[in-house]
Formats: sequence, structure tokens, C-alpha cells
Amino acid sequence: MKAQRLVSWIIFAFGAAYFLLPLIGTVEFSLRARRGVYSLDAYRNVLSDPQFRDTLTYSFVLAILTIVLGVLIVAPTAFWVRLKLPALRPVVEFITLMPLVIPPIVIVFGYIRMYNTSSALPLLGSATGSDILLMCGYATLSLPYMYRAIDTGLRAIDVPTLTEAAQSLGAGWITILARVILPNILTAILSGAFLTFAIVIGEYVLAALLNRPAFGPYMVWMGSNKAYEPAALAVVAFAITWMAMGLIQLVSRFSKQTQARR
Amino acid sequence: MAFIELRNLQKSFGQTQVVRDFSLDIAQGEFVSLLGPSGCGKTTVLRMVAGFEPPSGGEIVIDGQDMTGVAANKRRIGMVFQSYALFPNLTVADNVGFGLKVAGVARAEARARIEEMLGLVGLAGFGARYPFQLSGGQQQRVALARAIAPRPRVLLLDEPLSALDAKIRVSLRSEIRAIQRELGITTLFVTHDQEEALSMSDRVVVMSAGRAEQVGPPHEIYNRPATRFVAEFIGSLNILSGKVVDAATGRVDTPAGPVTLGRALTLAAGAPVSLAIRPEALRLDAEGEVAFAVKVADSEFLGSVVRLRAVAPGATPLSVAQFNREGRALPAPGEAATLSVDARDIVVLDG
Amino acid sequence: MPPPPDRPSRRLTVWLGVVPFLLFALLFLILPTLQIVTGAFRTPDGGVTLQNIRGLMTPSILGALTISLRLSLVTAFLGCAIGLILAAAVTRGGLPGWLRATTMTFSGVASNFAGVPLAFAFIATLGRLGLLTVILRDWFGVNLMAVGFNLISFTGLALAYLYFQIPLMVLIITPALDGLRKDWREAAESLGASGAQYWRMVALPVLGPSLIGTFALLFANAFGAVATAMALTGSSLSILPIILFAQIRGDVLQDPYLGYAVAFAMIVVTGVANLIYVTLRARAERWQK
Repeated sequence: MKAQRLVSWIIFAFGAAYFLLPLIGTVEFSLRARRGVYSLDAYRNVLSDPQFRDTLTYSFVLAILTIVLGVLIVAPTAFWVRLKLPALRPVVEFITLMPLVIPPIVIVFGYIRMYNTSSALPLLGSATGSDILLMCGYATLSLPYMYRAIDTGLRAIDVPTLTEAAQSLGAGWITILARVILPNILTAILSGAFLTFAIVIGEYVLAALLNRPAFGPYMVWMGSNKAYEPAALAVVAFAITWMAMGLIQLVSRFSKQTQARR
Repeated sequence: MAFIELRNLQKSFGQTQVVRDFSLDIAQGEFVSLLGPSGCGKTTVLRMVAGFEPPSGGEIVIDGQDMTGVAANKRRIGMVFQSYALFPNLTVADNVGFGLKVAGVARAEARARIEEMLGLVGLAGFGARYPFQLSGGQQQRVALARAIAPRPRVLLLDEPLSALDAKIRVSLRSEIRAIQRELGITTLFVTHDQEEALSMSDRVVVMSAGRAEQVGPPHEIYNRPATRFVAEFIGSLNILSGKVVDAATGRVDTPAGPVTLGRALTLAAGAPVSLAIRPEALRLDAEGEVAFAVKVADSEFLGSVVRLRAVAPGATPLSVAQFNREGRALPAPGEAATLSVDARDIVVLDG
Repeated sequence: MPPPPDRPSRRLTVWLGVVPFLLFALLFLILPTLQIVTGAFRTPDGGVTLQNIRGLMTPSILGALTISLRLSLVTAFLGCAIGLILAAAVTRGGLPGWLRATTMTFSGVASNFAGVPLAFAFIATLGRLGLLTVILRDWFGVNLMAVGFNLISFTGLALAYLYFQIPLMVLIITPALDGLRKDWREAAESLGASGAQYWRMVALPVLGPSLIGTFALLFANAFGAVATAMALTGSSLSILPIILFAQIRGDVLQDPYLGYAVAFAMIVVTGVANLIYVTLRARAERWQK
């Protein structure tokens, strides 16, 4: 028993070293911009770079829009499949898992061929069209996570009974979705949302190939042109990811508390 | 000499002492039940015998060998769990053969033994199935077959019937007992169900708060409870609190009337005493040695038994159980009646 | 009066509920993918050909495919193995409870910390001037380059990929480990099995479906990753997605239809991987409902 615990500690220590060293290394590296002393110069340079602000804002807004689109597509579908079309479940599940199997680069390649300027739906012909396409692409990439999160949330509540109860009280479909189902799966939706946020915010391939001014391509550009700023960017990106994941924990903990109080 | 000796076993989890100074000798081939409410330490005793929990103090001796510090997989003990604990990835046959495979028994021999065990528990021909294809009762039979296949020295049963339906529970308990007798395997059985304990065991250990309250054959536990806890935990009971009048002849004054036990009490005159009477020991006539005048408050028809609630002035209501027989007239609620009981059916509890 | 549920018009309304989703999936997932698949067998003027596929049989593309496969297999295998050991140590190794919570939260973060910033982090740590490189050189006199380590290599890339592969495994396998019931282990022990025998005969087979599934996921995860490799190695290590990226960008402009073929090859690889996964899983799950 004691030996087992010792082995566990050793394993954990190795894991911790592997996972923490790159973080420490990155922080340390990001502070080296001034010769001989540690300084925040790299962060200062990054933060004062208008491109940094523009691209991060672009990705941020796009992430929010992606989340809205994702929820609008996934939540009603997951609800409907659970309630009325359980036979369709395997199909829907299969589709939502496809983005994990088909590499994103292949999907975006398909977009470029399908929505180019000479196609029936020339989304790539305009900047707005490209933005929409990118948003749809991100919604596709986040489909597996969003669907799983929401479906798990729906599994926890008794959808048919809740729906019938609401119907017997005279509620229409919109009311049922917005006032009954949605509040009950809010935690699940928020988990999916923050996960989507973490995926979208630093994504590179889709943004680069659709030529959009997102944070991912900006980071790559910095990586090939600057020495210490990329490390600062990595720290920023890690902080954003950590924040998104922390919010998931916070939201689920909070909802557990409110449920316990009921 | 006892086959299993548990000497002064103790177990604490942090600050809480779960088992305090528990000693028990079990003879070879004996079927002993540990009976008690949840949290009384019965399962912990079993798990210490199995080797899953190291005792905080005391010794476990099996067949003359000190097993206290021996690892669970070296004890040659078979265990059946409440939740069956069948390996879901193995077929019934592979489950039963698990212990044989681990012990390196030759394949042909193992196969024969598996067949024999499945036949013993009435599941011949089920070998190729997976656990999820069986009912709860069948799964528990497989678990029993698995536990006894490697010919363990001791069989431990941890509430094996608690997860099953009432009907299967009753049929399986006589089956387990029959198999245990046939194999003559020393068995320790943990349960919170007194009916199980009383019906299956050679001896019952009633436990409370980590201690053995009483150890004895089922009829003794039921008829002669040694302590108030045992009396109240097992079966239902009428308790008359009174005062000793004469210790030598066993005269006691109770709210329901004077009682003469005809045997000496160890208590001094004037000391408070509780008299316990089983509902089925009370008779609806005056022929018993001790009689009470009562009024019937209500009656409950339960099929094989009719239960009456009778009130003696100034005393707590008495519960009376009578077998139902056609044509037998029982007093209706509101009527007066006489209850009587033989003095030897009255159990004296201290205080 | 509501119409009886079996009337065709009613059934049609029920199906209407999933139309937005199916339309979205069709437009942004299925049709784009089909476009690639059919494109791989088309000539520029619309005819059918196998020429594009034959075009894959060049040393450079086959080499990239080999590296990609090796990279995905190695990091998926190591990710599974190390992730399982780490998860087992944290969940059932007798470590304090807060460690488990911390590990899970961190895994959530690290599994999503992929792409460009991850590459930066490894450059800052193990690059030419990275912290670890410098420390090893100045304090221990070990020159990483001299002993043959190069971050911009297969090993370096694999090391970086494991940074998201291992946490992903930890995230997925921990609930499965929780599903291993304590009394299985105790039953095995009371039947005389050692810890190793219990793991070999019970725990690993029970975990089988999860292990196989996660392996497939990690494989696809690594096989399709572009950003980390690109930011870490530029294009000096040519893996299949980087070749495709270059093809799409038009940096290597010789044959536009070769891009289709490369993309098609990627779909085939992940498709076959998943076919193997589904088959294995069905076998591993035969004892389940």
C-alpha cells in the first residue's frame, strides 16, 4: 500500500515536470526581451501592437458568434431527437463525430472549392462572406463538443416529462425550449460554449486558409518575425485557455450548489 | 479446536472506532451469521477476515495459522459480494474458472471443476453466457460458484441476498445453506436481515456498535435475548417496565398487573426491571401462569396471522399474534379479554 | 383536436425539427468532404481518372505519409499508455483528492492548448535558447544538440504532440477508471489473483473499448494537426497535412488536382483507422449490452 503510493507520487512528479516545464520555460523566455535583466518588454510590445488587439478582438467576436450559431443549431436538434426522433440519434451522433475524424484542413479545403468566387454560393467573394464561412467552419469543428455537452445535459433531465408538463400547462414550443429546457441545461450549454471558445480563439488552419485576420495567423506571423514576443503570446493564449476551462468548472460547481439548495 | 479464531479484533477509521474488541471462535463446517444494523461493524469484521482491511488490533487465526498480516490473495478464502462483482468481460465459465486459472490448474481439470460447480448451483449449460445476460439471482449463483471453485478454506458472504427480489431471496437462501452443508465449508455470513440469519445459521452473532452483543444458536437468540438491544432488534416484543417486589419468588409489579415468574431474580426488591414477552407467546385464554385483563383496541388480519392490539389500563398496549384458523372467534375491537402467558416465556431484561 | 400521430403530414412535421441541423451538416461538413473525394478522381475538364491518385506515389508524398502515420501512431500509443498510467496513479494511487481535481482541470486546459502557442512554448523551453536547453548546458554541461536532440525533428514534434495527447487521454480514461468497481479487484484478490493478474485479466479488458476509442481519437487528432507542426518546424519536417497546406496555399503550384488526392488520402487514412476502431470496439464490447 505504501509502496503503491510512493510509485504514484513518482509518476505524478514526472507528469508534473513534463507539463509544467514548458510553461515555466515560456514565462521565463517571455521575460528575457531586455538583455541581462528580466522585463515585461515583450508583453508591452505585444499589447501595444494594434494588430494584436485587432486580431484578438476579431477572434473573440467570431468565437462568440460561433457559440451562438452552435447552440442554435445543436440545442433544438438534440432536444428534438431526444423527444421525437430517437431513431435518428445514431445518425445525428455520427454526423457530430465526423469533425473529429475528418481533418480540419480537409474540411476547409472543401470550403475553398465549394464556395469560391465561381461557385453557386460565392461566400469567399467578399470579406463578410468569408467571415460567415469561417464562423460556420468553427461551428462545425466544435460540433462534437457542443453536441456532447448539450446531450449530456439533456440526459440528466427527463425531457419528455418536462415537455409534457409544460404542454399541459399550455406552453408552446418556443416557450418550452426557452423557459423550460434551456434553463435546465444552461450549465451544459456553457460548458460547450467555453470549450468552443478555447478552440476558436487560437485556431490557425481555417483562418489562415480563408485569409481571415484572426489571432492564430497573427501568432504564426509573430513567430516567424520576433524572438521573445511569441513566448508572451503563448502565455496570453494559455491564460485564455485556462480562463475558459476555469469558467467551465466554476459554472458546473455553481449549478451543483443551486441544485443542492433546491 | 476452533477452525477460525478471531481474537480481540479492533478497527478504527481515523477517529471512529468501527470494531471494538471482537472475539469469535468458529468450528470447522459451521455456518455463522453476523447480524446487526448498518454501521455496527459486521461488514468490517468480514473484510478483515478476507484481508481487505488490516485490523488496528487483534489476531485472525485460520486453521491454526496466523493470517493477520497475510495478503488477501494468499488466504484461500472465497468471497461473495452483495453486488455480485462478476467480471463483466468474462463468460460465466471463465468467471467460475478465474480462481483455478490464477492458481494454474490444468485446463481439463479446470473445465471439469467449472462444470461441477455450475451444476451445483443449478446453472449447468450457462457457461458460455456473459453476466449481463443473467438475472440477479443467476448472477449471484455464479458468484457463489466462482467463490467455491478453488476449494477455499472459508466462505465469506457479504449480504449476498440484499440486492435480490424477495422471492428469489428466500429460495436462494435455502440453496446456499444446502450447498454449504454439502461441501461442509466453514462460512461467515453478514446480513442485516434477521430472518436470513435465523433461518440459515448454526449460530448467530448479534452485533451492535462494534461489539458482539450475543452469540448463540438462532432459537436461543430469539427466545432468550441476553440484552435489551438483542431483544429489541430481533423480532417484535412487548416490554412491561415494573419494579421487583420479591426477588426470591420473582414477583414483579407491572402497570398491567402483578407478575409472578416463579424463579429467582438477581435484582434487589424495589429495583426497576423490564419484562419482555413475544407477541406469539401471549394467549387469548386464562390458562397461562400469568394473566392480564385487557380490552382489545384493534385487530389486523395478516393472512396466516392475526395481530391484536390489547390495552391493559395504565400500561403500554400489548401486541398479540395468533395463528389464523377458520371458525375461530377472536374478540372484536372494544371487547374485554383475558391474556395469559407462561412464566418461562417471559424474558427478564435489566432496567 | 390534435391530428392522430400517424398521419403523414404529422410525421413530416416531426422531421422538420432536424432540418436546420441536417442542412448545416450537409453544407459545411458532408458536401465539402464529398467535393474532395470526387475531386480526387476528376480531370480538370470533368472526366474520371485515377491519375491524381497515381500522382501520390512520389517519394516526397509517400515519405510525408509515412512520417505522418508514424507520428500519429507513436503519439497516440504513448499518449494512451502514459495517460493511462498517470490517470491510474492520480485516481487510484492513494494520492490526496485535491491532486486529482487539479490534474483534471489542468488536463482540460492542456488538451486544448494545442496549435501555435504550444509550439512557442516548446521553442521557449527546448529550443536553441530555451530554458531547459540553457540549464542543461550551463549547470550540467549537457549540450542537447550534441547528444542528438533537435526540437525541429520527429522526436521534438512527438514530444510537443504528447502535451495535448496525454491530457486528452487522462480526461477520457478517468471516468472509465472510476467505472472499475472496487469489488472486482477484491473478488480477484480473494480468488488468489495478484495485482498484475487483475489488471491483465479484468481491468484492461474492461477498459478495452475506452482504450481503443481513445487511441483512435488520439490518432486522428495527431494525424490532422497542422498548426503545431507548422509553427514548430516551419516546413522542414514534411508531414502530410503540411504538404496539403502548401498545396492549398498554392506555394507548390504544379498540379491543383494533387491537392484533392492528398486530402483524399488523409480521409482514407482516418476513415480506415475508424473502421479498424469500430471493428475492434465491437469485439471488445461483446460482453456489453
